[in-house]
Amino acid sequence: MLETILSLKGVLLEGLGATLYMVAGSTIFSYLLGLPLGVLLYTTGKGGIHENLPLNRALGWIVNIGRSIPFIILIIALIPFTRLVAGKAIGPTAAIVPLVIGAAPFVARLVEQSLQEVDTGVIEAAKCMGATRLQIILQVLLGESLPSLIRGLSITAITLIGYSAMAGTVGAGGLGDIAIRYGYYRYQTEVMLFTILLLVLLVCLIQFLFGFTANRIDKRNRS
Amino acid sequence: MIQIENLTKIFHSAAGEVTALREVSFSIEDGDVFGIIGMSGAGKSTLLRCLSMLEQPTSGRILLDGVDLASLRGKQLLAARRRMGVVFQGYHLLMQKSVRENVAFPLRLAGVRRAEREARVDELLELVGLADKANAYPAQLSGGQRQRVAIARALATNPQVLLCDEPTSALDPLTTRQVLELLRELNQRLGVTIVVITHEIAVVREICNKVAVIDAAQFAEGGRTDEIFAKPASSITRLLLGVEGGRKHA
Ligand SMILES: Nc1ncnc2c1ncn2[C@@H]1O[C@H](COP(=O)(O)OP(=O)(O)OP(=O)(O)O)[C@@H](O)[C@H]1O
Ligand SMILES: [Mg+2]
Repeated sequence: MLETILSLKGVLLEGLGATLYMVAGSTIFSYLLGLPLGVLLYTTGKGGIHENLPLNRALGWIVNIGRSIPFIILIIALIPFTRLVAGKAIGPTAAIVPLVIGAAPFVARLVEQSLQEVDTGVIEAAKCMGATRLQIILQVLLGESLPSLIRGLSITAITLIGYSAMAGTVGAGGLGDIAIRYGYYRYQTEVMLFTILLLVLLVCLIQFLFGFTANRIDKRNRS
Repeated sequence: MIQIENLTKIFHSAAGEVTALREVSFSIEDGDVFGIIGMSGAGKSTLLRCLSMLEQPTSGRILLDGVDLASLRGKQLLAARRRMGVVFQGYHLLMQKSVRENVAFPLRLAGVRRAEREARVDELLELVGLADKANAYPAQLSGGQRQRVAIARALATNPQVLLCDEPTSALDPLTTRQVLELLRELNQRLGVTIVVITHEIAVVREICNKVAVIDAAQFAEGGRTDEIFAKPASSITRLLLGVEGGRKHA
């Protein structure tokens, strides 16, 4: 067993690298899209600082539609768009396109939820101190919900590990691709198990690091 | 000077209309420690929310030094807000920021430079007796200490008026006495006008030179505390004072 793994060391390392690249890249870009969208979902809602119910409803629809398309179908449906953006439809870089489109609505909802945890009294207090709306967003909403946002970030990254493995089976590379090629087509079960082990370790590591950071910076903890 | 003229506030909710304030008029003079007292649901918090521009009056006006608050927009609105400090019943401190950062917050919003900000924060924390807690976080403080942080924060921009909603209702008798003492001292040392909303007659008796009694959304009576308490004209005041002859209140 160990020999098979060792003989595939290069392939596995490259696969792990590709997975990390896809997860990191798509996490970053899905927040670039999802974070502003989540803030907008919150601030345009009822009683929000930019209350605009028609816009809020429209955004809510877009997000819900985005979230209800199964990811595997999204990858296929987006192939022309992916070509347009990434110049190709295959490989880790191309996979980031559907990963981002799939994850951004999810991120928007997570961000919205984190912001909803902020005490509305604190927002009113900031208003009374003469805060502008931008100051309320940046310094009150995002500042006060930072630990919760970091916990959401860890959920997103872990979800994207799963999505990236799925993308791997349709040509994106990475650990999912290795599991299919070696574990399924060549009956090398040990390679399949090993990639699973790597993915589990990766998930645990992210969970631990982000969870630790979130607890560390959360000043609501008394110590 | 704050003039409240025929202030009416009606809330429209699914359950129907609620008139929280009906044709309320009185004025608060500079340097006053002004008590607004009434039973639960009388409309006191609504009045404070109108004064702090969190709610728009349905009709009537609130004038701050002759300027109608409802007419303010943009920069003038922000400036007017900085002239009124608000201490909320639930404190509403930033939980992720230290005591120092909380007190510095209104100054940061106003674009005050760091060095000046720090000096002012030290001064304020000294004033409210919390210099040793500068680097603590709100979660690590007692209720009375949080109240002091909220007061220091509300004073940061040197407001001319300090609006306090039930500043002592969550505190024990000793801490209540200390917070009231602090408010009186702030009034005397800084000359800041203080408006205290409360349902406790003892708070008014302790620190307020003037009082307005609000009953069921309406102004019942008002004037100098000693006079009102010596000769209460309305039955609600007698009831609050616990004097014989006060009408039964549901
Ligand atoms: N946003 C709102 N929507 C509907 N009704 C409201 C709203 N805010 C206040 N009210 C109603 O207005 C009335 C006055 O409320 P307010 O909070 O001003 O009373 P209060 O005097 O502060 O009472 P308490 O001493 O219990 O704090 C109450 O009947 C309340 O239900
Ligand atoms: Mg109230």
